[in-house]
Amino acid sequence: MSATPLVHSPVVHTPVVHTVGLRKTFGALTAVDGLDLDIARGEVFGLLGPNGSGKTTCIRMLCGLVPPTSGTAMVAGFDVVTQTERVRHRIGYMSQRYGLYDELTVEENLKFYSRVYGLVGEEREARLAEHIDELGLRSRLTQMAGTLSGGWKQRLALACATAHRPDLVFLDEPTAGVDPAARRTFWQTIYDLASRGTTILVTTHYMDEAERCQRLAFLSRGHLIALGTPAEIVAHFGAASVEDVFIRLQEKDEQEQAAAGS
Amino acid sequence: MSESRTLRQRFVAWTVWPMLWKEFISLRRDRLTFALMTGLPAIQLLLFGYAIQTDVRKLPTVVLDESRSSESRALIQVLQNTDNFRVVASVPDRAQAKRWIERGAARVALVIPPDYMRNIKRGRTGQAQLLIDAADPQSSGAAISGAQLAAQARGAQLLATRTKLVPPVQIMVRPWYNPAQRSATFIVPGIVGILLTITMTLITSTAIVRERERGTLEQLIVTPIGKTSLMLGKLVPFVLVGYVQMSVVLALGKLFFRIPIEGSLSLLYALALVFIVASLGVGLFISTIARSQVQAMQLSFFFMLPNILLSGYIFPRAAMPEPAQWVGALLPLTWFLDILRGVLLKGVGIGDLWQELAVLTGSAVLLLVVSVRRFSKTLD
Repeated sequence: MSATPLVHSPVVHTPVVHTVGLRKTFGALTAVDGLDLDIARGEVFGLLGPNGSGKTTCIRMLCGLVPPTSGTAMVAGFDVVTQTERVRHRIGYMSQRYGLYDELTVEENLKFYSRVYGLVGEEREARLAEHIDELGLRSRLTQMAGTLSGGWKQRLALACATAHRPDLVFLDEPTAGVDPAARRTFWQTIYDLASRGTTILVTTHYMDEAERCQRLAFLSRGHLIALGTPAEIVAHFGAASVEDVFIRLQEKDEQEQAAAGS
Repeated sequence: MSESRTLRQRFVAWTVWPMLWKEFISLRRDRLTFALMTGLPAIQLLLFGYAIQTDVRKLPTVVLDESRSSESRALIQVLQNTDNFRVVASVPDRAQAKRWIERGAARVALVIPPDYMRNIKRGRTGQAQLLIDAADPQSSGAAISGAQLAAQARGAQLLATRTKLVPPVQIMVRPWYNPAQRSATFIVPGIVGILLTITMTLITSTAIVRERERGTLEQLIVTPIGKTSLMLGKLVPFVLVGYVQMSVVLALGKLFFRIPIEGSLSLLYALALVFIVASLGVGLFISTIARSQVQAMQLSFFFMLPNILLSGYIFPRAAMPEPAQWVGALLPLTWFLDILRGVLLKGVGIGDLWQELAVLTGSAVLLLVVSVRRFSKTLD
């Protein structure tokens, strides 16, 4: 499962995400503490952790939205601090709320986001056409995004986030509130994207989403405490499932927090 | 987050276009916003142009004429000629006159005593009484000034026949800029200012808050679009909407209310831009405070109130207590109204408006800088 073909990758040995000692503090609070992370091209990677574990801050640093306090982060070969603009061109982002314009049609949403990423002229038209077919959106092109069902909205959101063929796509709890059938097709699309060389970074606390990832990283209070395939993680903690590990870590977190507070 | 300057500027150039394209489709399809943009000018024009007339005319008047003489009839005629009064009935006694006023069927009662003509003929002062329902100061003001005008006019006539003298003092009143004293001439130019304020604050702030509620702002800030293009893309369409509204109101005002356009329209449009930018600053500021579209709407209406009441849009600022005048001076609309009325009614040029321009420019820069900073922070 971890052996993914590396198709569109010009530099095979460079990881798509490479962080060294990444650290972010807000006043006295350390949100992320010395994170070292390498994510390879074409990987489906899960970032897990309870609320307040530093997941969001980590993603925001990788997108170049907040500068790290110290350490470095390279995304798609570019430094997130000094080459933010280039990083943004190489990433896609799909939020839980999908970020679609309800009063625009499916096609207009796609056109808008591909234009925002600077795709122009014939190249855009050709790429969009291909992309629309890949994601099976052709039958819905003229429908208003606001009238789509949850599953279709999710598919359109993914299409908007990937129309510019990014190296890395962030998915924030991607299948929350979507029916099981749509969930399955969605993950199939994700694996297809990954097999063509797109790296997928999923943040979630839904365990069925976590178990579909090829590799997982557990964050707890800003620290990376476990890294590996779901099977490795379960074995490492001697737990029954990823969910078990998650609950155990969360309880440990709460205890430590209570101890630190008293 | 530094990148070479030229590269960033190139991004601004090509990323602002998709924003504008998207924004105009949204504006066209969003029914509420579209209705607000097109309906508001119409409603404001109808309401303020036709319904709200601050000049009081033809107050319903009853007459108790106990003199029943040529002199008393002449007095009634002179009073009617002022156009402030309209005689609706003759009443037999004071009790009846009082009843008419109490019922609200008459606002004014003219009482001419039996000895009115006799006094005049004997060289004494002929006295008549005017009873006014003064609960509404604006109409009673009209009644009082009308009565004084009538008495002076009739008095001067009588004096002239009696003594063959000319009046020693006379003030010739020439009402400039609005000779017919029509409310519409005063109000309609103000509607342009009020509408721009509504559009720039209410519609702009709700449009931005809507993007935040839907998660599209969150989506856009991780794209290469950049904050500058994002803000320009959000604000520029509303500048154009504002200009369209302004043109519609001016055209309808000219067509239906015959408002004069004495000065240079291009000067007016140029100065309007400064006001629009200042108001956009307020709209953007509201969007950074409001957590929901409803809150943005409430805050915008909260901002509208002092604009309607204290800017001089309807009520003259000269009549306000000083603190209210100071508050009014803080509102961009107050200064823009001077510009609107100055250019449209008086035909003044930039030479007489530099003070208004300076104040507006100052507040536009201040509001925009503060709002853009706040807005940028909400994006981080």
